[in-house]
Amino acid sequence: MSILEYNGAAMIAMAGKNCVGIAADRRLGMQAQTVSTNFQKVFPMGDKLYVGLAGLASDVQTLHQLLEYRLSLYELNEERKMSPQVFSTLLSNVLYSKRFGPYFIEPIVAGLDKDNKPVLSGSDLIGASVSTDDFVVSGTCTGNLFGMCETLYKPDMDPDQLFETLAQALLASVDRDALSGWGGVVHIITPTGVMTKELKGRQD
Amino acid sequence: MGDSAYSFSLTTFSRTGKLLQIEYALNAVANGRTSLGLCTKDGVVIATDKKLSSSLVDVEHVHKVEQVTPACGFVYSGVGPDYRVLVRKARKSSQSYNLQYGEVQPISQLVKQTASVMQEYTQSGGVRPFGVSLLVAGADGDGTPRLYQVDPSGAYFGWKATAIGKNYVNAKNFLEKRYQDDMELEDAIHTALLTLREGFEGEMNCKNIEVGVLRDGKFSVLTPAQIQDYLDEAN
Repeated sequence: MSILEYNGAAMIAMAGKNCVGIAADRRLGMQAQTVSTNFQKVFPMGDKLYVGLAGLASDVQTLHQLLEYRLSLYELNEERKMSPQVFSTLLSNVLYSKRFGPYFIEPIVAGLDKDNKPVLSGSDLIGASVSTDDFVVSGTCTGNLFGMCETLYKPDMDPDQLFETLAQALLASVDRDALSGWGGVVHIITPTGVMTKELKGRQD
Repeated sequence: MGDSAYSFSLTTFSRTGKLLQIEYALNAVANGRTSLGLCTKDGVVIATDKKLSSSLVDVEHVHKVEQVTPACGFVYSGVGPDYRVLVRKARKSSQSYNLQYGEVQPISQLVKQTASVMQEYTQSGGVRPFGVSLLVAGADGDGTPRLYQVDPSGAYFGWKATAIGKNYVNAKNFLEKRYQDDMELEDAIHTALLTLREGFEGEMNCKNIEVGVLRDGKFSVLTPAQIQDYLDEAN
């Protein structure tokens, strides 16, 4: 058993036309046993920046608090909002600082930069990051997630199309993974605001 | 810092509530060669008098205006060796910032950081305050050009235009008369040179002054040839 698969997770972030979406499942398990069906894994870090944390639940919560701390101090000292690229770099450095005793998290970052262009990135547990313009995935069923995204994704989707694509890709992927599922949540970030919807899927 | 026999702070309050070590440090600044700066909406200029003790000194290899980040530069009045230490520390800390955040450190953060270092030396064991005031020219997080002064106490101030060092009173009066809020960078550079010439002992030329310019978010030190062009225009 890998420690990254102890609690279970599935998440996708995807870019549309002047919008980004981020979706995740709701399950918290302890190996086979399901413990919660409304566990939060995607967190807002500002009104145009979301981070999804997949992996060990304890580290999900601790890293979220740590990122809040770093973000708040930055915004207080610098008197400006943190851009998604800077947040991504910061997250990468935070993870690498624990290179020989890491946080068991494989995060994804989704946001809109100051020109409202989509910014997407993902990283491994020790901070190696990638930046893409289409989609990033993370969790215990990345094989399924990559397959669904590669098939369903098309560039320049509007917010409603993006929502449909994210929802279908996530729900189809988690059905073949025992450790993820039990519902989902999707956030669509646009220049004018964030639209959040809960997904009802197979409750198993 | 220092050995145990000097583990107490050398900067202590007088009865009247003053920190005399800082006052004396400010005296060292006031005896230093004049430096000045002007901030406009499209850039910042800083300049200093580089006159040295003897004509035998190889003045081209003395650097008073120094780049600290791609978007920030320092100049000083006061004790040169103390300045070099601050430049080194500031460069290191801004590289650290760049490593953490992947961005150039904005001037507001650089100034706070540097001022914090200077303040530490007024409240630590076995050390004395830095004998320099700095003028910092740079771009802030949103790209706005800014000019800051940092004193030996660690106090910092934002300025539209200011002067420090030997002739600062006259220089500041001169600047106050000439400064306009809607000035452009080129006018500011000319005004800076005129102000420097006002209090200059002897003949001012492109070799015995130094000028640094923040233009389009990038800081650079002018070469003697570039300074000569500006001096020629002024004549």
